[in-house]
Amino acid sequence: MNLLDIFKRRSSAPVARERLQVLLAYERRNRSQPDLVSILREEIMAVIAKHVQIDQDYLQVSMERGETMSTLEIDIQIPNKSPAPMAIAG
Amino acid sequence: MGKVVVVTSGKGGVGKTTSTAALGAAVAKTGKKVALVDFDVGLRNLDLIMGAERRVVFDLVNVIQGTAKLSQALIRDKRVDTLFLLPASQTRDKDALTEEGVGEVIDKLRSVFDYVFCDSPAGIERGAQLAMRFADEAVIVTNPEVSSVRDSDRIIGLLDARTMRAEQGEQIAKHVLVTRYDAGRAARGEMLSIDDVLEILSVPLLGIIPESQDVLRASNLGSPVTLSEPLNSAAKAYIEAARRLEGEELPVIVPFERKGFLDRLLGRRAA
Repeated sequence: MNLLDIFKRRSSAPVARERLQVLLAYERRNRSQPDLVSILREEIMAVIAKHVQIDQDYLQVSMERGETMSTLEIDIQIPNKSPAPMAIAG
Repeated sequence: MGKVVVVTSGKGGVGKTTSTAALGAAVAKTGKKVALVDFDVGLRNLDLIMGAERRVVFDLVNVIQGTAKLSQALIRDKRVDTLFLLPASQTRDKDALTEEGVGEVIDKLRSVFDYVFCDSPAGIERGAQLAMRFADEAVIVTNPEVSSVRDSDRIIGLLDARTMRAEQGEQIAKHVLVTRYDAGRAARGEMLSIDDVLEILSVPLLGIIPESQDVLRASNLGSPVTLSEPLNSAAKAYIEAARRLEGEELPVIVPFERKGFLDRLLGRRAA
């Protein structure tokens, strides 16, 4: 170690560059798939809505990206009964 | 047909408005007809930086909604008579701008002016996307700082995907303008270097604007720095950037810090 180094602060720019390079590599990869999850969500909703009435809130679509495998998790809650028929006023 | 240039960035506060004013004024001084359009509806600041805040009667939203003619809303600069400003509205209605409306205004401006500079709002939302929508070229204003570079990368992604040119399969010409560059800090390794920024963003460099107190003073006085203090180092850098924008091939010289022996010993800033 150079004696002069004691007086110098460790430079932070190389660290900044490395952090940015890693981060942007990740962000750019994800950007090429334009929000796949929300597209899936809408299409699944449309298919289900043909047959059953469900609420937006009861459909959860999430995607987890792993190193070798990614998982797509779809959680749909379908109400057991169709809403009770309205009472007819006598 | 004039050229439409959007001045954009992801992050706020990097100097978009200052750069729009400085570049626009520098181009106008060469005799070209220049219009500066403020797209920052709701916040608006270009009129203030240009020193025209008390002359705003009609604005971009009025023109789009048809309550004023384009010729009524354009403000002629008092210093350079080929320089015009189309101010933004302070309306809180974010949807006041429509894509068709913006397209019509830009087309009209393009037919009259040599250069149309669009000052984009910060962020990646609708306003920023409308500002870049009809552009032929983009100036991406970046500080040599991690968050600014990251957001610029995001904006570059949008420029390549959501602009009219990109959708028609053409390329939108992109340039990086590095502002608030501190040569001393870069030399000490405390600030991303120009090479780092260019390597990460892989967009050609338009210019390097050194950190300068004169830029703030110019803003305070309501005059683009290229008009009020054209001999200042920041103004010179803007004037050269403007010449490159017009197609001139000028080498970019990275500012360096001259340091004396004592400064070096004590690690002080020379400036």
